[in-house]
Amino acid sequence: MAKETVIQGAISRDGAPVTGYVRLLDAGGEFTAEVPTSSDGAFRFFAAPGTWTVRALVPGGTADATVEATLGEVAEVALAV
Amino acid sequence: MSRNDVLVDADWVQAHLDDPKVVLVEVDEDTAAYEKNHIRNAVRIDWKRDLQDPVRRDFVNQEQFEALLSERGIANDDTVVLYGGNNNWFAAYAYWYFKLYGHGDVKLLDGGRKKWELESRELVTEVPTRAATTYTAQPQDQSIRAYRDDVVSAIGTVNLVDVRSPDEYSGKLLAPAHLPQEQSQRPGHVPTARNIPWSKAANDDGTFKSDDDLTSLYEEEGVDLSKDTIAYCRIGERSAHTWFVLHELLGQANVKNYDGSWTEYGSLVGVPVALGAEPGSPEGGKQ
Repeated sequence: MAKETVIQGAISRDGAPVTGYVRLLDAGGEFTAEVPTSSDGAFRFFAAPGTWTVRALVPGGTADATVEATLGEVAEVALAV
Repeated sequence: MSRNDVLVDADWVQAHLDDPKVVLVEVDEDTAAYEKNHIRNAVRIDWKRDLQDPVRRDFVNQEQFEALLSERGIANDDTVVLYGGNNNWFAAYAYWYFKLYGHGDVKLLDGGRKKWELESRELVTEVPTRAATTYTAQPQDQSIRAYRDDVVSAIGTVNLVDVRSPDEYSGKLLAPAHLPQEQSQRPGHVPTARNIPWSKAANDDGTFKSDDDLTSLYEEEGVDLSKDTIAYCRIGERSAHTWFVLHELLGQANVKNYDGSWTEYGSLVGVPVALGAEPGSPEGGKQ
């Protein structure tokens, strides 16, 4: 799709993959989407270009990362909890 | 109706795991989640395979619903507790469905699967066996279901609540951010609809916000809670969650879920469509 970007990555703890949920928040901090991770902690969103916050929710921890999504590019983000 | 009648917490579920008259049912957007693991003694309903007619775009009919519940071992006098991922998104859809076909006692596990997982509660892979029942469903309760003509005539008169994300509402995206971008012919929203994303009704852990917070959420966005309301999203599932909030938690009298939602409305010929972040005038157009 020409009008969107892909934001993807994985959650880890001490370098090992951890499973849980990932929330996508817009530039104003408003919730946009949530996905469960795959068994290796990976996730993917389609989003409009702009600044996004990606939040990991796993048992016993959360972590946030800010990501800049650019049209036509895949934004990679690693979340360590 | 109040939240004590329609919501149970994880401790309640834990205490009723072996109660034969309480049936836990997992309903997930990711229909494979159940196979990975689930709450002990929970059965699964697959929102796509079990709840949609395989040929035409519609729900399974009354007889098909009876056959489904009979086969899953759910009786008319059972307490059904639904839960799922993503703030109970699809569990709330199934809840609406159970109400549509007149099931007596149905509840949601507040927080759903996510809260259960984040609290590291027990999950198993074993699939329970429940003896088949002879379930009798009621004819569809049309007072909670809206059709396309209801929506067109609601423009500018009845509360229309578009519960999709702001980017879907304004027309930048056609589907939620984690799904492939396909579906309706045109982007945008129904003119005069207010945009209150469904997920604003939930806390980070998936539980519902308090009644006071929920009331302010809708009123601050210009929804007159004394008027009738139609909620819609893309295919009617997120709006079932909002239907649950308005009708079951806040007790608003006349709330309908438009299950055709944007994938139907955005493909209709000749209806007004609004683009941009504002509700717009009844004629719609670009803002």
